[in-house]
Amino acid sequence: MVMGEMTLETDVVVVGGGPGGYVAAIRAADLGLNVILVEEREQLGGVCLIEGCIPSKTLIHAVELTDALKEADKIGIKSEGVSFDLDKLRNWTSSVVGTLTKGVDTLLTKRGVDIVRGHGHFQSKNLLHVDGANTYIEFKNAIIATGSRINELPGDYNLPLWSSAEALKLPEVPERLLVVGGGYIGMEMGLVYAGLGSKVTMVEFLPKLLAGADEDLVNVVVKRCEKKFEDIKTGSKVVNVEKSDNGYSVTIEHDGKKIEEEYNQVLVAIGRRPNTDNLGLEELGIEMLDRGLIKVDEAGRTSLPHIFAIGDIVPGPALAHKASREGKVAAEVIADHPSAFDNRAIPAVVFTDPEIAWVGLTEREAKEKNIPVKVGKFPLTALGRARTIGRTDGFVKVLADPETDIILGVAIVGHSASELIAEGTLAIEMGATLEDLMVTIHPHPTLSESIMEAAEVAAGSPVHILPRK
Amino acid sequence: MFEFKLPDLGEGIHEGELLKWYVNVGDIIEEDASLADVETDKAAVTIPSPRGGKVVKLNGKVGDTLHTGEVIVVIDDGSGESKAEVGTSSSKEAESTPAAAEPQVAKKTAADTPAAKPSAPAPVASVKPADGRPVPAAPATRKLARELGVDINQVPGTGPGGRVQPDDVKAFASGDMQPVTQASVEAEGSVESTPPKEFASSAIPFFEVEQLPEFENEGPVEREALRSIRRKVARKMTTSMILVPHVAHMDEADVTELESFRTKFRQSSANSEDPGRSRLTLLPLVMKAVASLLKDWPMFNASLDPHREELVYKKYYNLGFAADTPRGLIVPVVKDADRKSIVQISSEIFDHAMKGRDGKIDVADLQQGTFTITNIGPIGGTGLIPTINYPEVAILGMGRVQEKPVVRDGEIVIRKILPLTLAFDHRVADGAQAARFVTELIRRLEDPNILLMES
Repeated sequence: MVMGEMTLETDVVVVGGGPGGYVAAIRAADLGLNVILVEEREQLGGVCLIEGCIPSKTLIHAVELTDALKEADKIGIKSEGVSFDLDKLRNWTSSVVGTLTKGVDTLLTKRGVDIVRGHGHFQSKNLLHVDGANTYIEFKNAIIATGSRINELPGDYNLPLWSSAEALKLPEVPERLLVVGGGYIGMEMGLVYAGLGSKVTMVEFLPKLLAGADEDLVNVVVKRCEKKFEDIKTGSKVVNVEKSDNGYSVTIEHDGKKIEEEYNQVLVAIGRRPNTDNLGLEELGIEMLDRGLIKVDEAGRTSLPHIFAIGDIVPGPALAHKASREGKVAAEVIADHPSAFDNRAIPAVVFTDPEIAWVGLTEREAKEKNIPVKVGKFPLTALGRARTIGRTDGFVKVLADPETDIILGVAIVGHSASELIAEGTLAIEMGATLEDLMVTIHPHPTLSESIMEAAEVAAGSPVHILPRK
Repeated sequence: MFEFKLPDLGEGIHEGELLKWYVNVGDIIEEDASLADVETDKAAVTIPSPRGGKVVKLNGKVGDTLHTGEVIVVIDDGSGESKAEVGTSSSKEAESTPAAAEPQVAKKTAADTPAAKPSAPAPVASVKPADGRPVPAAPATRKLARELGVDINQVPGTGPGGRVQPDDVKAFASGDMQPVTQASVEAEGSVESTPPKEFASSAIPFFEVEQLPEFENEGPVEREALRSIRRKVARKMTTSMILVPHVAHMDEADVTELESFRTKFRQSSANSEDPGRSRLTLLPLVMKAVASLLKDWPMFNASLDPHREELVYKKYYNLGFAADTPRGLIVPVVKDADRKSIVQISSEIFDHAMKGRDGKIDVADLQQGTFTITNIGPIGGTGLIPTINYPEVAILGMGRVQEKPVVRDGEIVIRKILPLTLAFDHRVADGAQAARFVTELIRRLEDPNILLMES
């Protein structure tokens, strides 16, 4: 040990202060364990809070407000000269983030969780070194929660292209913006910049946008995006980017044909990869899976039973809410509670306009795996509340087992889908049947009635649409 | 390679006639494009292709009958080697009887992806999805199970859709509920047969299987694992005795005339090479009489489906007989005994018994019984109370034929008396029906002429 270095001892060290790590630390502390949290960044909250979910939703909300105003003419609202004050918007976004990240700090420190800032690196099975903090931490248990980072465009461009993290800082509103990647991040950011006034072109390698979601859901959004985007090029890829006078000259290949176009800025949103490469895991002999993921059991244990891994670095969708749940499980297991990540369903949400959200089995998956399902689809055009807010674009879809009527999946495209999906998630977790959704009184007039109605369609007895012959 | 199995064609329909292929081998088919038209009893359906790719193989030509679960087309979707599919049911087997086709479909479903669900709705309370989907249970219930050290997948759910309730978990943890097992109910020597499905029952008061004492401390013992037939008999008899309210109705038949008829027939057939003739026993005669009577007493040729609360009356009369073999008790079945002559039945009994003794009997000859006769008489016994061969609902026990002094027309005479016991499932039938059934059986057994005319 080098002079001047400090060694701390703890029951649990949590490496990473994102929505997985900080939740794990809080739960572990509340269960009476001594906890140290190691975080590389100055702010707590991870990608989600600092450069992901929270700032993006703040911007999306701002853009949707202006969109709503622009469309409000038909209901008699005059709104001329709506425009953005970018400085204010930036400040507003960072104040939202700042408040939340300070909140996390308070939640941890008030519980007696020590926060050590620096990069954690495992030295041995019970010793972590925090680079940059000159500190060793001797731990009984560890929870690795290091999250993921943005993939860069393949090819050694060495150009200051935007990632979603840069784009969220609103450095400028480029006149022509190319968004590479039609997944949820690309779609959300593309819509933000389109709303701010950029002419947005989207390039997606796959034949469809938002490849994970059922096509019928995506189609509703694409229809709207087609009006907002300059161009959508699916089945295409970027093969070259060069600096040009006003930005970048980008070569896009589609169907074997190459075209070259000029953009002022390029935003790359082509997925994320786990941060597991610089932690000393190989030396510990922790068993890894493909693509840098760590193998864990239901309790979140790695192949070393006192070291746990949660969030984007273990299999499953890289989503904050999944990481948080896994964090709680790991903390509980360390505290000797019989906990397990036995969740049936992890909801997925895309904050496009309208929003898409789904949970459990998708129709495509049912088809691919030959799982028989009953499907009930209820269009928002038939819903009173959707009419009152002028947002009848979209529908709710409920998938149930044809023999037992147990809810297997719920999918929503429409206004507030992100909020509505929670009921579907609860239904699946509870093992609820169509009947359970149908007999539960849903408040009127609300969008939530659409879930009850879709269940009724699946059961063959809808009220507000005509039953199938 | 993707092997596409014929999916369910609708409620209770598991076969259809192939009307048309939309593709030829070598064609490229797109996902969701029409693949074939199949006509069922109810309607013609166009089956879309679940995958895109090159059609490598089409199983079946126009006019063929396709069954759910059979691979009808192989598509090269670029996913590499398909796993070899063994035991695709040949159409001959599958066509024999609906009952014969069903277990095959079910078996394949359990083994593969659930391309075709078994056509019969799964009993709600006990069966876990064969496709590995998680058992329906609320998060708090799942947590309770972990706390009690219970594997929730083993707990039979009593809630809607088979949902496991907290009380189910508690009952299971206290040992009052049996684990869910995937299987069919077969007593006999089939190697593949697996334990019977347990029906989720509520806790039975006072019912507790106590730990046995260490018998070693009480005297010398030898321990032997319960295996094979012995274990199956144990399982099946436990199921029957716990589940079925047994009633035993007893009576005696005067078989003096029948025995002399039988002896005469044997003598006249002494040189026959068919042991069914030369060694005709009482059993085929009784079997014939029973087979014909079951048509008038359908409640004894039935099953009670506790999951669906339905009585299933079987319009086929497959009579099993208990046979003692070196490996243990087996129950070979004489199929369609109502449509066979006494001599045919007799020959079949001999054949099955011989093969059973040598351990060479076909599994198929041990299945699909609808009623069982156990003839303990040749070994001895003045009477017996047999245990019903679940899920059948009745069993006839035959004791030893003995010469006994009986009173006829005020005189004591010596007659040959056959003790009979009909044990039946009181959920399905009542004592009066059993009494009438046995009385009519006795009328036929007492007079060979009536037996011949009416059976």
